[in-house]
Amino acid sequence: MNLQRNLIALGTIARREIVRILRIWAQTLLPPAVTMTLYFIIFGNLIGSRIGTIATDSAGAGISYVEYIAPGLIMMAVIQNAYGNITSSFFGAKFQRFVEEMLVSPMPSWAILAGYVSGAVLRGLMVGLIVLAISLFFTKIHLYHPLVTLSTFLLAAVIFALLGFVNAIYARKFDDIAIIPTFVLTPLTYLGGVFYNVAQLPSPWKEISHLNPILYMVNAFRYGLLGISDIDLTWAYLIMLAFVVVLATYCMSLLSRGVGLRS
Amino acid sequence: MSNAPASVPALEVADLRKTYATGVEALKGISLTVQAGDFYALLGPNGAGKSTLIGIISSLVNPSSGDVRVFGHSVRTDRSRAMQMIGLVPQEINFNLFETPLDICINQAGFYGIERGVARERAEKYLKELALWDKANAVTRTLSGGMKRRLILARALMHRPRLLILDEPTAGVDIEIRRSMWKFIEGINAAGTTVILTTHYLEEAEQLCRNITIIDRGQVIENTSMRKLLAKLDVETFVFDVADANGELPQLADVRLARVDDHTIEAEMSRAHDLNSLFAALSARGITVRSMRNKANRLEELFVRLVEGNLGAKEAAA
Repeated sequence: MNLQRNLIALGTIARREIVRILRIWAQTLLPPAVTMTLYFIIFGNLIGSRIGTIATDSAGAGISYVEYIAPGLIMMAVIQNAYGNITSSFFGAKFQRFVEEMLVSPMPSWAILAGYVSGAVLRGLMVGLIVLAISLFFTKIHLYHPLVTLSTFLLAAVIFALLGFVNAIYARKFDDIAIIPTFVLTPLTYLGGVFYNVAQLPSPWKEISHLNPILYMVNAFRYGLLGISDIDLTWAYLIMLAFVVVLATYCMSLLSRGVGLRS
Repeated sequence: MSNAPASVPALEVADLRKTYATGVEALKGISLTVQAGDFYALLGPNGAGKSTLIGIISSLVNPSSGDVRVFGHSVRTDRSRAMQMIGLVPQEINFNLFETPLDICINQAGFYGIERGVARERAEKYLKELALWDKANAVTRTLSGGMKRRLILARALMHRPRLLILDEPTAGVDIEIRRSMWKFIEGINAAGTTVILTTHYLEEAEQLCRNITIIDRGQVIENTSMRKLLAKLDVETFVFDVADANGELPQLADVRLARVDDHTIEAEMSRAHDLNSLFAALSARGITVRSMRNKANRLEELFVRLVEGNLGAKEAAA
């Protein structure tokens, strides 16, 4: 197929994903809104009010705890939903076998991957905007660096969409797509500097925290919104870009070999 | 669409082999050719390798060796063009049960790079022709089994394939819908689309298909025209409903008579043998025939003999 036809195919998958996300909004959009509202109430208002300022911005003004955790909570919601969208949707297509609709078509592997990743990123964007709107009820958001904010959101959503795709490819039963989010993704997110400044951790926990890729995403996103970061932004971008390249290459390899899809 | 000339076969399968990771050797060197415009039967008992063969043709299964060409385009080296030619009606229902027939058809066209406006027109045409238009916006899980089967057929036609592969398309469908589906598919074939059919309803294959391949245990055991294959059948089996089958049965050359129950006799006889002498012999023994019928249709008779013969040969060789 030529490029135009491939883009139509890619757009068809992305469109189907959006329709699915909106059709089951009570499963896709509502839960993160409820969960994040609770985080803002408990950690932001109830506990945060006792913590006071946790950092200072570039102008020397104090940053309250609720303001500090808001970018991390938005990023946490984006990561979890980008991952969850692609695992449930692609594994569902495998489980009901309608993935075969795409496999018997002339559409190339990259279009299948890009279509599903687009759907996951769009869900991440929708959830991210919802959580951002909720955060405005609890704190003020400045948006210091719009480009950093947008690019970090995109890179993080793509990385976790690709990771979710790998999970869905290898999954044979629904348990297989629940294990990674529960036992890997959630702990890494909580330990990724969402709720605290890793620079304040004692050794060796401070150094160990730097092995967590989510730390770089949360901090780059926080820099975009608040203008402060616990880590070097260059490293954050290099690590995120490296993850995108490696994971995308791996996903393409899985698709072209038909792993988990073609017998 | 391909610019392949009409003389290029619709499908060429060359020495195709498939061994699964479990060690099961599903295909042991299958070769066959389907000419453009043909209505072709691909038959075989359960486990013969039909689904594996169709899976490889439609790129759902990776071959171990060999090649498949669809209108001259190799599934291995020119997959995109080959897949553009094929429409697959799978044996299992494989669409999203939470989507509507209209969305399923339009999305399928989208996967082939067809613009949404064109796809909608085609979806309306095929859903109407297959009597599904009134269910176009219903959730598919609420459709009946026959409707789901027709939806899969409509979906397979959305990109106007030149080769339509039907894998048990009417399984579990009532006779009225089955006949309407065959009429529709005959129309598709008459318009120039090559059709490959696998079915366990052998009378349908006999009625519809012009050429036939029978495979068993991963190998081709017959590959010829339907007419030539049926001409090979030199023995037929008749079932007689008689008043009383307990008397002594007559002995006739070229006829093997067997008592089934008190009122039923089976006669396996050469086609060269006339029925008059059999009736006369039965009458001479005081056996009154009330009615008679063929035990099976001709293709079914041949199919059973070929497959049993293949099994017998395998066991003898073992």
